[in-house]
Amino acid sequence: MEAPLSTFGEITVTIVKSSRTSWTGLLFVLPFLIVFIAMIVIPLIWGIYLSLHKVDLFGPGRFIGLENYVRLFSNKIFLQTVINTFYFVLLTVPALTLIGMGLALALNKESPVQNIVRGIFFSSTVLSVTVVTLIWRIIFIPNDGLMSNIFTAMDWQPIAFLSDPNWSLISVAIATIWWCIGLPMMLFVAALQQIPSDLYEAAAIDGARKWQRFYYITLPSITRTIILVIIIEIVMQFQLFGQALLMTQGGPNNSSRSIVMFIYDAGFRRWDVGTAAAASQILFLLILVAAMAQFFVSRKKGASQ
Amino acid sequence: MSHLNQASASEVCVRSPEKSISWLQNFGMWLANNKLLLVLIACSLLMLAPFLWTVGLSLKSNQELMLGASAVFHFPYTLNNYADIFQNSQVFRWLANSLIVSIGMTFWVLILSSLAGYAFARLEFPFKKIIFVIILMGLAVPEQAVIMARHQIFSALEMHNSYVGLILPGLSAPFGVFLMTQFFKAIPPELDEAATLDNANKFQIFWYVLLPLTLPAQATLGILTFLTSWNDYFWPLISATEQEMYTLTIGIASSQQNFAQSEGLGFLASQAIFSALPIILVYIFFQKHIVTAVAGGGVK
Repeated sequence: MEAPLSTFGEITVTIVKSSRTSWTGLLFVLPFLIVFIAMIVIPLIWGIYLSLHKVDLFGPGRFIGLENYVRLFSNKIFLQTVINTFYFVLLTVPALTLIGMGLALALNKESPVQNIVRGIFFSSTVLSVTVVTLIWRIIFIPNDGLMSNIFTAMDWQPIAFLSDPNWSLISVAIATIWWCIGLPMMLFVAALQQIPSDLYEAAAIDGARKWQRFYYITLPSITRTIILVIIIEIVMQFQLFGQALLMTQGGPNNSSRSIVMFIYDAGFRRWDVGTAAAASQILFLLILVAAMAQFFVSRKKGASQ
Repeated sequence: MSHLNQASASEVCVRSPEKSISWLQNFGMWLANNKLLLVLIACSLLMLAPFLWTVGLSLKSNQELMLGASAVFHFPYTLNNYADIFQNSQVFRWLANSLIVSIGMTFWVLILSSLAGYAFARLEFPFKKIIFVIILMGLAVPEQAVIMARHQIFSALEMHNSYVGLILPGLSAPFGVFLMTQFFKAIPPELDEAATLDNANKFQIFWYVLLPLTLPAQATLGILTFLTSWNDYFWPLISATEQEMYTLTIGIASSQQNFAQSEGLGFLASQAIFSALPIILVYIFFQKHIVTAVAGGGVK
């Protein structure tokens, strides 16, 4: 690649860039643009339209304004799923961020062992939700699962992980953390490798302790990555669906039902299309707000420093 | 044991040249010097435990597991559970469906993204800025926000339960366009200018001169798309309602609805391992590329 580059460089011909706009470029963009409009733009607008109508199955529907939204906010099950989803985000995102950072700090060396361990912690990321939930359901089976065997061996009080309403969402969160830990870890590893090593050398000369080096050098250098990881994970975990559906079917007693599960049930099991569309717009807004709030917080912090 | 002694031997040279140290002391010293390593190995085992447990169960007969899962720790082991999976003729159909959908989606995403990326990076055309911004905003739209309307469109066009129906929504993800735009921008423009002198048209420049240089980006985008498509659960669950059109992810999930009752524990475990196997093999061979691609894709 180097050789042809330099020969091209020697031909010093100034090409006057044709400033007139041509439609050729649009032709290149067109294939993607058509799919994008058909699969995202139109469905998004139509989704908002649907959310303002009373629609069942494929009937044309009747305009009812914001009634779908109003009814949602007095729907106990929907409110429960909103609370569950926030609780789930609270269970998973801090854990993913902290464990991911801890792993990255421990694995931030280029040695064969560290490479292998990194590979192991990333491996679960490539599995499908079906595989992950199957594995964890087998782990959580009462009486005979790995967990209950461990609890028996330790002489602890057994926990009905998937059928106790207090534990169902926590169990789903544990499986999710196991599944998703690879990405935050690798993002942190990448960030740590960007920190110039002479910073640490200078600190060592000044006699800085290990925790001082972490607090004054490492932490400020990876602040951006921490915020990034939190945003990515909030947006991802807000969309909890497959794990809860396959591990607990949202139960017991809706204790692990998420917003996306509500949309799925309303839209594709009860065919209450209008309600489902309204709920999906609310989810869309929540995700947007979560991401924006995070950006806002990060910018404020940066300004005050 | 030998590598252990080697490690401790090098430590001994540094610390004390005496030869009369017993191996217990050696070992103790090695432990003290490798605390982090030991913690890492312990953590890895903890991480792998769910997977290893499932592998163990999958190799035991269902009858033996009825008596207790601790049977996992001793012989005899058997492959019967895997043989039972193949009794279900649908499994290979699902595997083939997954391959067709994933490869098809990857192929078309690469083509559409490259074409659009080249235009946004190199060409001037009307409405370029506004089109780019609209696509940029598309990144913020979660799949659930469009799912109801998308389902109705596919119903109206009778495209559910078809490969096109499974592939098409995946082609609208804006991420690939951004990745390719950035990558095309990074290629020195002198290359195009030289090709223009040779009377090459825009498409020839794109196809013969620039596209071969974008191979690393194609690999990243290709791996990401393939993985996403292979593991996708939401859209196939909604669109593929006939068993013959299930992907592996949907099929395996559907075939274990009556969990732990009708089917034995060993059989369930073998299903998990069987459906994990293709992607684990891909991961082992392409680990470096996959990690780079996913970590790079995370920072959209």
